[in-house]
Amino acid sequence: MGGPEIERLIGLLARLPGFGPRSARRAALRLLSQPQTRMLPLATALAEAAAAVRSCARCGNLDSRDPCAICTDPQREAGLVCVVEGVGDLWALERAGVHRGTYHVLGGTLSALAGTGPEDLNLAPLLARVAEGGVTEVILALGATVDGATTAHWLADRLKPLGVAISRVAQGVPMGGALDVLDDGTLGAALRARRAF
Amino acid sequence: MEWEAPAIILSARPYGEGDAIASVLTEEHGVHRGLARGGASSRHAAVWQGGNLVQVRWVGRLADQLGSYTGELVHAAAALALDDALTLAMLTSVCAVAEGALPERQPHPRVFAGMLHLLANLAHREEALADLVRWEAALLAELGYGLDLARCAVTGSGEDLAFVSPKTGRAVSAGAAGAWKPRLLRLPAFLLGQGPAGPADWRDGLRLTGHFLARDAFGHHHRPLPPARQLLYDRVADLAE
Repeated sequence: MGGPEIERLIGLLARLPGFGPRSARRAALRLLSQPQTRMLPLATALAEAAAAVRSCARCGNLDSRDPCAICTDPQREAGLVCVVEGVGDLWALERAGVHRGTYHVLGGTLSALAGTGPEDLNLAPLLARVAEGGVTEVILALGATVDGATTAHWLADRLKPLGVAISRVAQGVPMGGALDVLDDGTLGAALRARRAF
Repeated sequence: MEWEAPAIILSARPYGEGDAIASVLTEEHGVHRGLARGGASSRHAAVWQGGNLVQVRWVGRLADQLGSYTGELVHAAAALALDDALTLAMLTSVCAVAEGALPERQPHPRVFAGMLHLLANLAHREEALADLVRWEAALLAELGYGLDLARCAVTGSGEDLAFVSPKTGRAVSAGAAGAWKPRLLRLPAFLLGQGPAGPADWRDGLRLTGHFLARDAFGHHHRPLPPARQLLYDRVADLAE
């Protein structure tokens, strides 16, 4: 089309989430049309992020510092640890501003079918962190899926003997949700988790 | 080519950004795979969870193609099992065993009916565990590895049956077991339709069917028992202690 460089750029962009060949071509065209204002700053940002960003050795979050900014923030409750599946979930909770404790990113969930075992996830550091002491409560904020629940039960079995409080996020009716459009499972979970009003 | 049928979801592996390769069990078509478009997306992931009963429609240009599924949820067994570790372990175990042991696209209506009954009654843990062991025994029989629990392999008597030979799968009475007892597998009375069952009986039942599943149904394909089945056994063994 326009040389191997352009083909390579489109090929790499097309592999990104949300992109296909057509949208990758559009993005490449936009970048190439304004190389000084769009392309070079993006290339610099990509190179800097690739060089600086690492996984936090303590919680698994992505940051240019290790331990990350959340782990070292003195304003946060270090004893309240929220366990999430991925960094995307951590970002969602931070965006909502609803959790003032720290996090632990597992990097996935246990899955018998996909062959993901405990050794493939960031589970042992969490157990070690709790065993060290100082953690008062672990919030299991994992997905309401078979794999998410299996991981939550696996963790709960191993955290209970360590004497830490364990809780999990509630499931039920979302904000703005009408009951008649909810699936049977969510409705059942919402009714089971009802509370005094 | 197309068909529509009630199906139990056995697994749904993410494929691409929002799709999933779903493996389902139906009465007429047996274990059958297909592409569930949007099956891993936030909107439809709840439908394509293992253990759910879904009315599926499969469409493919040719019968031997992967084809694609659309589905409507009928019974959300997965969502109902999430809160209880043992119930969830039962659900994941039956799905993993059915997917691993049954050949693709061969109908096994008895296995489907048994699994349907099992998933509908998972909340009744005590009955469900005994039913699960019976279902695994029925699965073995369906695959041609049935256990012979009618009479003692040594004496021919139908009385006092308490063990099963790990080699032949035939029952052995307590009196005939003699010095071989430690090498035999315990036969829980509920598999003979006798008496109520407790945690130790469920554990013995799981050990019995697990031995033959591992050796015959999975072993012949050079595959180990699924980890989900081992997890279930560990949970029940903990209950028995």
